Amino acid sequence: MKQRHLRLLLVLALVALAAVGLTACGSDDSKSDSTSTADGASTETTTTASDAGGAIVSNAANGKVTLTIGSKNFTEQKVLGEIYAQALQAAGYTVKKQLNLGDEQTALKTLKQGDIDAYPEYTGTALLSFFGVKTDALPHDPAAAYDEVKADFAKQDLVALPPTPFTSSNEVAVTQATAAKYGLKNISDLAKVADQLTLYGSPECRQRLDCLLGLQKTYGLKFKKFVPVDLSQRSKVLSGGQADVSIVFTTDPQNKRDKFVLLKDDKGMFPPYNSTLVVRKASFDKAGPDLATTIEAVNAKLDAAVVQELNARIDLDKETPEQAAGEYLKQFGFVK
Amino acid sequence: MSTPLAILGIFGDAIDFIFNAREARTGGAEVGGLGEFASLTGKHLLVTVAAVGLASLVALPLGLYLGHKRRGGFLAVSVSNVGRAVPSLVLIALFIAFLGVGFANVALALALLAIPPILTNAYVGVTQVDRDVIDAAVGQGLTDGQVMRQIELPLALPLIFGGLRTSVVNVIATATIAPIAGVVTLGDPIISQSVYGDAGKLAAAIVVALLAVVAEVGLGAAQRAVTPAPLRGTPGATRRGRFFVKTAGKGLSTS
Amino acid sequence: MSGALGSIPLLAQGGEGFVRNRESGSGASCVSDDGVCPAWIVDHFDRYMEPLGRHVLLTVVALAIGFSISFTLALLAHRRRWLIAPVVQLTGILYTIPSLALFFLLLPITGRGFLTAEIALVSYTLLIIFRNVVTGLDGVPSDVVDAARGMGLNDRQVLWRVEIPLALPEIAAGLRIAATTTVGLASLAFFAGAGGLGDPIYADLNFKSNVLVAGGLCVLLAIALDLLVLAVQRLLTPWTRAVPA
Repeated sequence: MKQRHLRLLLVLALVALAAVGLTACGSDDSKSDSTSTADGASTETTTTASDAGGAIVSNAANGKVTLTIGSKNFTEQKVLGEIYAQALQAAGYTVKKQLNLGDEQTALKTLKQGDIDAYPEYTGTALLSFFGVKTDALPHDPAAAYDEVKADFAKQDLVALPPTPFTSSNEVAVTQATAAKYGLKNISDLAKVADQLTLYGSPECRQRLDCLLGLQKTYGLKFKKFVPVDLSQRSKVLSGGQADVSIVFTTDPQNKRDKFVLLKDDKGMFPPYNSTLVVRKASFDKAGPDLATTIEAVNAKLDAAVVQELNARIDLDKETPEQAAGEYLKQFGFVK
Repeated sequence: MSTPLAILGIFGDAIDFIFNAREARTGGAEVGGLGEFASLTGKHLLVTVAAVGLASLVALPLGLYLGHKRRGGFLAVSVSNVGRAVPSLVLIALFIAFLGVGFANVALALALLAIPPILTNAYVGVTQVDRDVIDAAVGQGLTDGQVMRQIELPLALPLIFGGLRTSVVNVIATATIAPIAGVVTLGDPIISQSVYGDAGKLAAAIVVALLAVVAEVGLGAAQRAVTPAPLRGTPGATRRGRFFVKTAGKGLSTS
Repeated sequence: MSGALGSIPLLAQGGEGFVRNRESGSGASCVSDDGVCPAWIVDHFDRYMEPLGRHVLLTVVALAIGFSISFTLALLAHRRRWLIAPVVQLTGILYTIPSLALFFLLLPITGRGFLTAEIALVSYTLLIIFRNVVTGLDGVPSDVVDAARGMGLNDRQVLWRVEIPLALPEIAAGLRIAATTTVGLASLAFFAGAGGLGDPIYADLNFKSNVLVAGGLCVLLAIALDLLVLAVQRLLTPWTRAVPA
């Protein structure tokens, strides 16, 4: 008898689920892409910020060009991919997305195989991971880093479009309390106390020159312990008190919210990490001039504050990358 | 890379990676080679043993007791059914979210994964013992405890081993994602592909697969060894025999 | 330090009203604390529908293909007993290879996507279904088979009219186990770029509401498929219904 009841309950739950699912799918079909709530509800008379280079103009000729935009598997990459995809769609291209490709090696391989036509990559990552540039030979000027990356990509029939204003570097972060306790401002200040501190970072951090390995080699730091955790835990372990030091990204919204202190890279270990959209040469030629123009236009407003906000809307407010990207394009007048 | 291996392409490169260390893709460190793989495998096995040990401590006595009392069959079977449906990834994720990282937490999460097969098999193993045998034993004056230890436990051993085998194989597979929770296992080259490269990722995948197969075969042999001779049979030769034992051994006969 | 690098403003300027204020006291909401938030779950349930649909597709296709292969193999092995051992050993090895490892072993060969995920998922169903079909057919009492033969049925008729119907409960049991197992394994398919509920789970492991909903859907899906197979089996084998499960 009891079992019967349970089963009945389950069936009911499933029916309810299916109903919700159906209605959800229904609304999806109607493709109300601009789920405009309160803010955009008024008529289309007001253009928000037409000073920002103006809206993207759709070129019907682009319709026959299909571009597949890729991205790696974390928040900032996904939102960048979405911004580019939506912007190119506004410019008239037929756009597909593959926004969860894994790490940079996977993304690059997918790009070279032609499964995607473009994905955003950070200049520093490209130099370290793709082009084998040693730490002591890394450029410290964003423009120089971009030029080097562009030349190296060109050898592989890839075009690196002009980079974003923001840079999203690895950062050595501590809480305000830790910084005050040990008097920490620069990474090198850690030297005398590192053996009392536990460092948390992603699993790959252990053996990367722009992470633990570099901190050991360049700064001579010997931490009490290194604990590998999923990349998504990087802020939580610090605010939660498990980590004394954690490796975070410049544009993490939690840095601001939790008032982390980002130690200054006083020995210049980290290269610039501006984002450049890397495009296959063949796709670049096929797409015509609107591709570069569109990307450069939407890149212009992507400074550190804006990207941090975009990350915040996804990581903290739990919007989807698609939503956040749409809001960005709308806010700055790229689309209506 | 030696020539014979080169013919195998990326797989040859991966095998080479297991035996010879090389510079990390990102530079500055040596990765791969027997030394590193030995230590990764050691950690992998350590967390596996800890998890299965922990699970056995809970599930074996419980399963034997429930089986002895012929009660709670619904519990034993549904624990195992739901256990199969909960994706291991979700389990680890929930553990990270609620408890945090580290060896103890990971071992605990993996132990939860290991409990259902052990519990179900111990339960089924004991209930399958012929009622007449137990009645005879009781008639001869054996106490409850003696029946459990001297009759039910030995006769249930093959199934118990089957449950252990399933758990060990599952845990070896799932311990691959432990590096995202603070424990550096063979999953590390798979997760940190940017450092280890394709060869390292594939090499680790091969070693994990081998480890699982070795555990399966090894524990399978152990299971056969503890199976009373008349029940063994030869594969495929009889209509039941070993085949039946194996089926039940995986805890597959529900409904 | 080079000015360009050092002077990147962390929060300052830009934004033009784009940056929301999250510092005031109201900031500590359930959602930004990554908690379990019923209201959020209700409002955002629709974003799990696409991954759920994909998960269903991955599972059902794998089960259908896996069932066809192993059922055929089992029918062959039913008459040719020597086939059982090699099939069990081969599918046993496939079953043992950890799914994550198998996805990555397949990537260099079949690339990212649906195909790779399906090959892995199908290979895990084979052993389970094959074993149960064979055991089910073996379990048919030999006097029943003899009686059927005595009534003049040939081998083929005996198989389809007597043996398979009587083996249905065991076959269904195998399918049920295969179904729940496949639902669980399909949550790793996103590693091969094939989507499914693993996608949203892994996209925000910190957010308890997210992990709970996506993981919960996995479990519900498994239970649903389990009950579905059970219901079909009960329909097909009315004579078992009198017996308590």
